[in-house]
Amino acid sequence: METSTNALTNTPKLADRAYNIRRNALRMGEVQGQGYIAQALDISDVLAAAYFHAMRYRPEDSSWEGRDRFLLSNGHYAIALYAALIEAGIVPEEELETYGSDESRLPMSGMASYTPGMEMSGGSLGLGLSIAVGMGLGLKRKKSEARVYTLFSDGELDEGSVWEAIQSAAHYKLDNLIGIVDVNNQQADGPSTQVMAFEPLVDKLQAFGWFVQRINGNDLDAVVAAFDAAKSHPELKPRMIVADTLMGKGVPFLEQREKSHFIRVEQHEWQLALAALEAGRQA
Amino acid sequence: MKTVRSAPQPGKPRLTTSAMIASIAAEGQKTKPAPFGHALVELARSRPDVVGMTADLGKYTDLHIFAKEFPDRYYQMGMAEQLLFGAASGLAAEGFMPFATTYAVFASRRAYDFIHQTIAEEDRNVKIVCALPGLTSGYGPSHQAAEDLALFRAMPNMTVIDPCDAHEIEQLVPAIAAHHGPVYMRLLRGQVPVVLDEYDYKFELGKAKLVRDGKDALVISSGIMTMRALEAAQTLKDDSIDIAVLHVPTIKPLDTETILREAGKSGRLVVVAENHTTIGGLGEAVAALLMRSGVHPPFRQIALPDEFLDAGALPTLHARYGISTAEVARQIKQWL
Repeated sequence: METSTNALTNTPKLADRAYNIRRNALRMGEVQGQGYIAQALDISDVLAAAYFHAMRYRPEDSSWEGRDRFLLSNGHYAIALYAALIEAGIVPEEELETYGSDESRLPMSGMASYTPGMEMSGGSLGLGLSIAVGMGLGLKRKKSEARVYTLFSDGELDEGSVWEAIQSAAHYKLDNLIGIVDVNNQQADGPSTQVMAFEPLVDKLQAFGWFVQRINGNDLDAVVAAFDAAKSHPELKPRMIVADTLMGKGVPFLEQREKSHFIRVEQHEWQLALAALEAGRQA
Repeated sequence: MKTVRSAPQPGKPRLTTSAMIASIAAEGQKTKPAPFGHALVELARSRPDVVGMTADLGKYTDLHIFAKEFPDRYYQMGMAEQLLFGAASGLAAEGFMPFATTYAVFASRRAYDFIHQTIAEEDRNVKIVCALPGLTSGYGPSHQAAEDLALFRAMPNMTVIDPCDAHEIEQLVPAIAAHHGPVYMRLLRGQVPVVLDEYDYKFELGKAKLVRDGKDALVISSGIMTMRALEAAQTLKDDSIDIAVLHVPTIKPLDTETILREAGKSGRLVVVAENHTTIGGLGEAVAALLMRSGVHPPFRQIALPDEFLDAGALPTLHARYGISTAEVARQIKQWL
């Protein structure tokens, strides 16, 4: 199956996909009793729109040459991507139980050699956009229509290599490159804006020569529209979606938790989280 | 406390060529221009997957020869080594074979994590070709790559090569292209000495070659130190000292069989000579191999000291740090 690229009519179904991605992530979190679960919850809407609206791929053939590439630069978001890969049928759902375990194809930090559909090994931050530049150049050399999507985090903006890549993507007019920066304003030592100021981000990216959109990354319609605009933008420029997101989105008691970069979820809370997620869906 | 050097003595003759790019060829030595650049052009004619990449050092890594011949297969990434190797990984992921060039110091020190994570860990088919290896620049520690072999030897999946001369560079370009996987190759650029053609030498990936036999000492060497050892062997003949030279261009994987065979021949001093710090390079690789295998000849190392090296003229520095021909010969004679 190749996913359709219909517009907003898909959105209600996308909400189900986003819900399932969140639920998959919570179930994996429960397996290990820990994880970057707040990030997984905040980025699920973007992943749902990417995998079930924007991107072309074949679930049964994760290395299909014509696929759009999805680079997870922030490797610690692996739990979120696994949740999406399971929902997309690229990773079998049974493997969810193996998350973070010995011999699993789903290690806690994303690695290309472990997981179908994982295009790069992250973990060390600020790598993704550089690889994306090379892939974008390579796809153009092959005259491929495929695109390179790259998710990275606001914290990664601290890394100089991100700006090297941003500069070069504009230099090479990589209109086949779509970056998504997850602005949840939370990194290891605290709020990203306090650890290292990065605003005004849109102005900076535009000044670097990118087509930039800033959206609420938890508004599915907005995410869908942003992907559509990124794909159809006529200028020979790389495209960036600045997605403001809410850590823990969909599970209210996690949304309110301070220090949410690596949150502790007590054993009894996983079921509460799943219940809260379900309640939010009904509401 | 800040310390500075004393002023030089007035009237004392001195060389004044602490240039970044200094020729390693001796006056009157047979050389070839840009052997890597020309070999890569030759390779690229039959391999459309080959692309050239650099970080603002195309002219200084001989890649400009390739760029001129194949401008649409040449990617200038600017002065950004992390990007260079990340993007090389991306191009390799799409089926191309990037030859990515910079100086050895910048690949080994500045972009190590990028090479480790985006290239080596994913076994991407990227050839990392790096100029100014070891002490081949008079520019001081910023440009002297004394630690590169130690660093890249330690990286899983990485093949590490330290060629001797133009003759070898011409042969190893197609050889590393035929090998799938990441390769770190030290590059001699500009007017490069031609030495090994006199010895009926042929490069084979992963193979050490006995270039010259001798009964008194065995020099196990890589890179320009093979040239130095061969020159030293000539001068030692006058003292009736007979030196064997085993050239080991592939530092990793090491040709353990040939090294053990030659080092195991009794009665010979074994000297490992390399243009690299004593720590973690060929010398310690061979020492560890011999110890593990129970082969215990008398053993000495010729290598750069564990210190930040001086700026200055290359002949001065090679003599100062014991890797000139005269110093190699003097040390071997002293040890025998």
